Amino acid sequence: MKIASLDLAVHRLPTPFPLLHGEVRVSEWSAAALAIAEAHGRLVSLWGRDDRRGESGHFVMSAVYALTGGTLVWLDLPLLSREESYPGLADIYPYVIRQQRAVADLLGLAATGESEEHADSRPWLAHGAWSADYFPLRREAGERTSGEWPSASDYPFVAVAGDGVHEIAVGPVHAGIIEPGHFRFSVVGEKVLRLEQRLGYVHKGIDQRFQSLPASEGYRLAGRVSGDSTVACAWAYCMALEAAWKLPVPPRAVWLRALLLERERIANHLGDLGALGNDAAFAFGLAQFMRLKEDWLRLNKALFGHRYLMDVVVPGGIAGDIDANGIEGLLAQCVAIEAGIRELHDIYDEHAGLQDRFLTTGRVTTEQAMALGLTGLAGRASGIARDVRLNFPAPPYTELEFTLACKSGGDVAARVAVRFDEVFESLRLIRQILRRLPSGMVREELPSLLENERPGGIGAGWIEGWRGEIFVALTLAPGNRIARCHCHDPSWQNWPVLEHAVIGNIVPDFPLINKSFNLSYSGHDR
Amino acid sequence: MWKILGRIAKTGIATEAPPAAAAQKVGAGETASVPRLHQEILDILGRALTIRAVDAGSCNGCELELNALNNIYYNLEGLGIKFVASPRHADLLLVSGPVTRNMVLAVQQTYAAMPAPKLVVALGACAIDGGIFGANYATLGGLAPVLPVDHVIPGCPPEPVDILAGILDVVRRRLPPESVPHV
Ligand code: SF4
Repeated sequence: MKIASLDLAVHRLPTPFPLLHGEVRVSEWSAAALAIAEAHGRLVSLWGRDDRRGESGHFVMSAVYALTGGTLVWLDLPLLSREESYPGLADIYPYVIRQQRAVADLLGLAATGESEEHADSRPWLAHGAWSADYFPLRREAGERTSGEWPSASDYPFVAVAGDGVHEIAVGPVHAGIIEPGHFRFSVVGEKVLRLEQRLGYVHKGIDQRFQSLPASEGYRLAGRVSGDSTVACAWAYCMALEAAWKLPVPPRAVWLRALLLERERIANHLGDLGALGNDAAFAFGLAQFMRLKEDWLRLNKALFGHRYLMDVVVPGGIAGDIDANGIEGLLAQCVAIEAGIRELHDIYDEHAGLQDRFLTTGRVTTEQAMALGLTGLAGRASGIARDVRLNFPAPPYTELEFTLACKSGGDVAARVAVRFDEVFESLRLIRQILRRLPSGMVREELPSLLENERPGGIGAGWIEGWRGEIFVALTLAPGNRIARCHCHDPSWQNWPVLEHAVIGNIVPDFPLINKSFNLSYSGHDR
Repeated sequence: MWKILGRIAKTGIATEAPPAAAAQKVGAGETASVPRLHQEILDILGRALTIRAVDAGSCNGCELELNALNNIYYNLEGLGIKFVASPRHADLLLVSGPVTRNMVLAVQQTYAAMPAPKLVVALGACAIDGGIFGANYATLGGLAPVLPVDHVIPGCPPEPVDILAGILDVVRRRLPPESVPHV
């Protein structure tokens, strides 16, 4: 089949969105990356796995690309003769550097052949707190819990020289109640010359942990890769599992999953809109939005049993159903919350002090955003009109009327505006879903095969979470076992862009800029 | 300005009564009175209760609930409880997550920086025993291997009322005399 301008042997996987899968040789690996970039496609995610079996098998590198026509392509590169390196892709897609460093940490496979500008062999997730020759995703690694442990080591930050330049080190423990990470600023006076991030503090071995869980249980772990995106990631996981096992999902469950996904989006946007007001010294905004969010979460709990909807999306459907009263309650809440948000929207728009802090702060132009691979909500605030719900629609989005929220400002103000627009759009989606909700059951029973008779296979999930695109690649071994589960959070693309967004801004605006992206540490560090 | 004032007036006071701490629960639905809570916190600590929260590998779910606990429904500061930035100002260390090896040092340093007497609370299933993440090359499987844990708050994530009840519980269970400094 022709992919971009190349002829590749790929076949369609039974996912609810168009996904092609195939194996490539080393020469085709880089050629495909280049051809796809030239055809305006982009790299979504890169990972590796250990397919060695005794004397046979290989390490395998995988990359998934989004093509402009609305198709994903997943390419596997087996590293023949037990090679432990592969052609790096950072010269074509600079934003893949950290993903390649993570592959080196977890699997001991090195990216080679890149220009000096893009080659970075510093460890990323590994901070020296386990031995450097321990690769958790290799077969021989096993699950190590005892033995001698070294302590975490220092990190070779890039130093900036010059008259009056000094460094400010922040983290991993921050002032507020947020996730841990380290930021190293090089500043002159108040102005930021350079920011370098060090992440990985919340790396908890999720990829290895997946391999010890039954595949039918993996959705619970997927739903805790990033707690604020539990619906998106659990849905992507279930989508992958359902494709691999060819499980049907009842239509009502598919529609309810979308309802939950939009509720998750609104919950997060409400929290962020409040926090953004607060970071610009407008505590009223925080108090008001957090109240709305609390109401929202309480209804989740009342109807679905969990405030953040963890463990509600399950393989084959969803756990729990709503009745006519529930639907009425949800619709009534849409009306109440929408009125509240519209009022606050006016207040934010008319508040000179807020707008002064928001406008032109932390700007990422459309050109920068394209070059750096900015994605999701932040991408849409920088003029990149992309959304999985529109460009790669899977049911029920194929049947829902949906308008994309997009701004070109690229500053904090634009990221605030996109959130407001998306809240209103999600409310509209929720109303459509509730009005047209199909009847029937909400969960297909897992086939009553004996556990060890469940087939192996591969599948993938692709969901527009509130932060951006969440991709899950799942490789199953026979007998309900997970050979490899890779959960990709959009923060992998967006964290490096934050380093650019703060250049030239003043240090006190960093918390505001950071919040306007609100990237995931846990989803990134895994 | 008028819109802001209008909104404030419309919102009114949304604060709810605090939950009874688990240890003090007499009958179902008992709620503690605010003045009594104040007094208890004062009796035990001599001042308001200050908390330093540290995420030691959480999925962020526990932090979402800590932030929710700061919303107006729970009126945390009205009870004399406050989250602080500096461990030097903190009476209580609240740790979430399965405690990643990459965070051990930061957790230990935060604890060391707190003035005695210090209380340590493990927040959520992960901090108690590793939760769904367990113990592996990257995590210790909970807080107990690193710090002396005074109290645990179960849940995944624990809801704001559970966190509040847990905090009140640990305050009410008086500190053992040896950990109270003689000044
Ligand atoms: S207890 Fe649950 S919510 Fe809290 S960090 Fe662990 S997985 Fe996340």
